[in-house]
Amino acid sequence: MDLDALGACLTTSACVVTQTTSGLIVGMLLFLVAAGVTLIFGVLKIVNFAHGTFYMLGGYVAYTAIGITDSYAFAVLSGALAMALFGVLFERVLISRVYGSNVLMQLLVCYAVVLIFDDLVKIVWGPEFHAMGMPAAFQVPPLFIAGGVVPPFYAVLIGIAALIAIVLGVGLSMTRLGKTVRAAALNPQMVSALGVNTTALFAIVFAVGGGLAGLAGALAAPVRSLSPGMGFSILIESFIVTVIGGMGSIAGALVSALLIGMVRGFGTIGFPKFTDGLIYILMIAILLLRPQGLFGRRS
Amino acid sequence: MRGHAALRDAVIAAIALVVVLAIPFLHRSPAFEDFIIRLSAMALFATSLNLLVGNTGMVSFGHGMFYGLGAYVFALTMQMTELSLPVVAIFAVLVTAVGALCVGAICVRLSTDYFAFITLAVQMLFFSVIISWQSFTGGDQGLRGGIPRREIFGFELASQLHLYQFCAVVAVLGLLALRHISASPFGQTLRMIRDNETRASFLGVVLWRARLWAFTIAGAFAGLGGVLAALFVSGAYPELADWPNSGQAIFAVMLGGIDSFLGPVLGAMILLALNDVVTRFTEYHGLVLGLVILAFALGLRRGVLDFLRLAWPGRSR
Repeated sequence: MDLDALGACLTTSACVVTQTTSGLIVGMLLFLVAAGVTLIFGVLKIVNFAHGTFYMLGGYVAYTAIGITDSYAFAVLSGALAMALFGVLFERVLISRVYGSNVLMQLLVCYAVVLIFDDLVKIVWGPEFHAMGMPAAFQVPPLFIAGGVVPPFYAVLIGIAALIAIVLGVGLSMTRLGKTVRAAALNPQMVSALGVNTTALFAIVFAVGGGLAGLAGALAAPVRSLSPGMGFSILIESFIVTVIGGMGSIAGALVSALLIGMVRGFGTIGFPKFTDGLIYILMIAILLLRPQGLFGRRS
Repeated sequence: MRGHAALRDAVIAAIALVVVLAIPFLHRSPAFEDFIIRLSAMALFATSLNLLVGNTGMVSFGHGMFYGLGAYVFALTMQMTELSLPVVAIFAVLVTAVGALCVGAICVRLSTDYFAFITLAVQMLFFSVIISWQSFTGGDQGLRGGIPRREIFGFELASQLHLYQFCAVVAVLGLLALRHISASPFGQTLRMIRDNETRASFLGVVLWRARLWAFTIAGAFAGLGGVLAALFVSGAYPELADWPNSGQAIFAVMLGGIDSFLGPVLGAMILLALNDVVTRFTEYHGLVLGLVILAFALGLRRGVLDFLRLAWPGRSR
């Protein structure tokens, strides 16, 4: 524990800016992954334990795509689209067979997918760590905000994630598809009886969730290294985000992802070894005081 | 009737124990003995989890915490004191039971999903404490320096054969005790809670108290499994309390069968055997294990023992 360092950091604007930026990066990437988890849970009542795999594969697909075309924009798009497609396949081929069965059976199927794809990644890309490297367009001097150093790529990354959050929020509340999705979350039988093709709807939800996770993986590739099993840690964190924010709530996912990002950003200074512990304490506290999560509805 | 069933269970346990103990006298195989030692730890771990999952309908994602707690308390006490092994083992199980009681006291009132998540969170908190409290637990390197394997009742636990016999006896006795608990009126109450908690509540069952007892008992037996695991690896490692380890126990329960008492034991056997056999042939054992799990989950749609019992009905449970 190093509270002096934390105090010293909080009183210098440079340190606050730097740590806030790194917290925002963590939080925004986490939001993209957790948004999919919470959306899938909200509509299908399935806890997708394979969501970290989407994130991992998105990163690897982007890594290959940038190797071929040298365009980061194309790499990010291909990572997201490939995972949207993968999400649909995953839902149709595997998950649709365990709807309505024991939660643990669904967990088993998801875990099998995690195991299989961790090894497939090892076979295709090798077991070693890969670094994508900063895209050429962003290899420019960093911005200085209030004395803190902010690489332009970070700013763009946060901007893209924020944009996605807005699009997702508006899409869910304003568009016809979004309203149908929210209706299906409340009462799928009724939505089905009203003539909506819920089979297609469920596949779309998985496509959106998978696409978001793939996008996050592709966006994160230049700042984090790629390795088989990288989906594991983000999976746990995105569950924490979902639980703190409230299962099924996108706004809750955004707020709690940012909260966790900040705990990570500043926690590394005050409690370098116990940052994870802080997050678990936060989760336990929320579950005890408000089990339905910050934005969740009491069922 | 109940006395009859209890006697039958005791006879089955005795026969199993005699068979397992007789094998090394007919044929010594270090690999097999290794397997049984690991299985005894894992079987206790998985079966104790099933007291929660299958019997009571409480899905705990954090059962590995008690496995790890048992292992650490046992290994640390053995290293720091001169007490004899059985005393330390009992002490470790008691500490684990108290730990489970405390964790259970905060967790058991939450509904299914949230119960799963909070047990996971508490376990991960415990895991981060192990990692960060380096001076005491050895951090991510684990607790090294070995466990002094003191002689008990003429058993020299440094010898593999004696460790094998010790683990087999402890595991069979532990399983018999768990069987007794799950067949007792208390066990029946737990199943009633699983099937219809509102009705159980109307009949005067205090739900949280029964659940808390189940949680504590399950934790204690997981701790016993942890003691055996610590003996086997001669130390304690944070991985014992990490969440993939809880996952292993859940898979053992699911693979073997949630509604059969011996299901988790069979599941643990399948999981361990798969690991051993597959790692011998390929480094991609996750791929093979994943495909096998998929085949089980989508093909049988339930654990092996549950599947067999459905396929050949009429047998007693």
